[in-house]
Amino acid sequence: MDTPDTAPPQDVPTSPDLLADSPDGPRRGSRMSDARPAPGKRQAGKVRIGDRLFAGSSRGSGIVLLVVMAAIAVFLTIRSVNAISHDQGNFLTTFEWNTQEGAPLSFGIAVLAFGTIVSALVAMIIAVPVAIGVALFISHYAPRRMAQALGYVIDLLAAVPSIVYGLWGALFLVPHMLGVNAWLNQYFGWTYLFGQSQPGAQPRSLFSVGVLLAIMILPIITAVSREIFLQVPKMYEEAALALGATRWEVIRTSVLPFARSGIISASMLGLGRALGETMAVATVLSPSLLLSFHITDPGGSTIAQNIATQFGESQGVGRDALIASGLVLFIITLLVNGGARLIIARRKEYSGANA
Amino acid sequence: MSTISTSPRRSPLQGSLKERRLPRWTPVATVAGAVALAVVLGVVFDITSHLQWGLMAAIFFVAGQYLLARQVEGPRQAKNGLVSSLVWVAFLLALLPLFGLLYYTISKGASVINGTFLTHSMNLISPNQVGGGLYHALIATLEQVGIATLVATPLGVLTAVYLVEYGNGGPLAKAVSFFVDVMTGVPSIVAGLFILTFWIVILNQPYTGFAGSLALMILMLPVVVRSTEEMLKLVPNELREASLALGVPKWLTILRVVLPTAIGGITTGVMLAIARIIGETAPILMLVFGTDVINTNPFKDPQSSLPLYVYQQYAAGTDASQARAWGAALVLIALVMLLNLVARGIARWKAPKASR
Repeated sequence: MDTPDTAPPQDVPTSPDLLADSPDGPRRGSRMSDARPAPGKRQAGKVRIGDRLFAGSSRGSGIVLLVVMAAIAVFLTIRSVNAISHDQGNFLTTFEWNTQEGAPLSFGIAVLAFGTIVSALVAMIIAVPVAIGVALFISHYAPRRMAQALGYVIDLLAAVPSIVYGLWGALFLVPHMLGVNAWLNQYFGWTYLFGQSQPGAQPRSLFSVGVLLAIMILPIITAVSREIFLQVPKMYEEAALALGATRWEVIRTSVLPFARSGIISASMLGLGRALGETMAVATVLSPSLLLSFHITDPGGSTIAQNIATQFGESQGVGRDALIASGLVLFIITLLVNGGARLIIARRKEYSGANA
Repeated sequence: MSTISTSPRRSPLQGSLKERRLPRWTPVATVAGAVALAVVLGVVFDITSHLQWGLMAAIFFVAGQYLLARQVEGPRQAKNGLVSSLVWVAFLLALLPLFGLLYYTISKGASVINGTFLTHSMNLISPNQVGGGLYHALIATLEQVGIATLVATPLGVLTAVYLVEYGNGGPLAKAVSFFVDVMTGVPSIVAGLFILTFWIVILNQPYTGFAGSLALMILMLPVVVRSTEEMLKLVPNELREASLALGVPKWLTILRVVLPTAIGGITTGVMLAIARIIGETAPILMLVFGTDVINTNPFKDPQSSLPLYVYQQYAAGTDASQARAWGAALVLIALVMLLNLVARGIARWKAPKASR
């Protein structure tokens, strides 16, 4: 190693400053830290004002960010505890949301959490297989030129604001779901899930929300999965091809195993977005606090949508109750994102071979 | 791999390396056959939904292709073909709603957008009246997003600089990194709720565009930090070392060497973050309150905002207002796409040259 050469010569006047700064210095490469002389040898010198300012401001920004985030967490928790202590019912199992002043406060997260999870699940069940298919199509099946154009389009679609999906969902998708619901009711009504208690009702249901969310998160999952499929080392695929594998066998034996954790984290990303989605749900759903497994029946409610529709009318503890529900949503998304990050971290360990 | 080595050759007696193959025109013929069959069945059984015709055609195509291949080419090739067909079907299935969305928005919105729509507010225009526009919302959106960007970008970039250049994986850096991750997961409605109770209820501030900007900042910060951090990590250490070895102080090294090298990626990240927050509706709905008049001051009195405008015009429920909602949605999409394209352009323009 030629590391000693990187240390500045002693007679250059700037060197003490440079070295005095090195406890904070760039130590991402081990070579840099090797270059640092032992503390005893360090010459005392004045610290440049620019260095101090810059280091201070960047550290300050980090601290500001930390404070903001900690403030959010603490604040939400305090408010939620306050709300839950005023709750006459059980916060986890109560099926109503009475937060008007005067009347006894009684609210629970059960219906909202149910609606949130069901709509997100429907979205995932529809979107993930299709997204993997589209990503495979772009990375392995489509002609190159077409694939590139499609990649752009998918990236752009991933950035379309959710309110536009909501508008389209409410004015275009909902009327068209009528036929789908009737068909599902006719042929799959026996599953209970797709049975309708009032056939022909406006399909402003959790199922429609799930379908809309699926369409919304499809470009995101596709975009991320495509990136991962493209990262698969060419030699794996070529090795499989050399053994006489068909295209599907190449994908099954070399692409999918490599990309598995990436696909999972992409899906988690989509799931996180589906869980926290507000406006697309608020425009499509006709909310009610009914917990029903007939997912094509109108009604149901999600946490985010409930906050958006209720916050205007609620005051004081009622608002705190909404914050408590927001905290639950926060925790759910945190768990999902944490899971995704764990999976990505595990993938990093194994990807050293192709670095 | 056992499936590969032990797979039966379909025609061992031929004794050549050539296997029996379906002719190249088979997929086209199968598509034609499937569509024809679906149309016939649709007409015979009087199925009105053309979506069902399409689905039937897709199923016939996949099944037909599989059976044909199985007969002629063997199970492995058949399975391969089956997956190919499924991937194509998935692609078309996804294409349908996504392009439907774009097409529908453009066709509905384009007829509304004209000079008046872009330069007038909704002042004194009732929901069922034709006319009016989104000028007030457009101005307010640009102001709110501008303020959020002006605050979040330096803060985010500096935080990323701290994480990469100064943090050294110490406890503070770890805590910041962890909370950036946590912040990424904050649903926009929760961010809005936080600002609502903290800024408006407790600090007793009015509903203003600035309150909306605060929430947008919270949403934008982690995105900027993460993308900038990734970009700074990509800057080769040799560059830093060379600069430091020349006696350049650390802060100048970062300012003149590290940041300029990564500036393309950083700008792209910021642009994408802007594209992400420009469509946020929920926090704006809570904090900016909405108005029909032009208010160019984001620090005083309620403003409007493009996504909020879309929502309000949709919620008004009349034909005229929903037409306006489509127009505004189209403008919003155009803005987002413009930002995306600019980001891509910058990324390509500033990308390190491959030569040398």
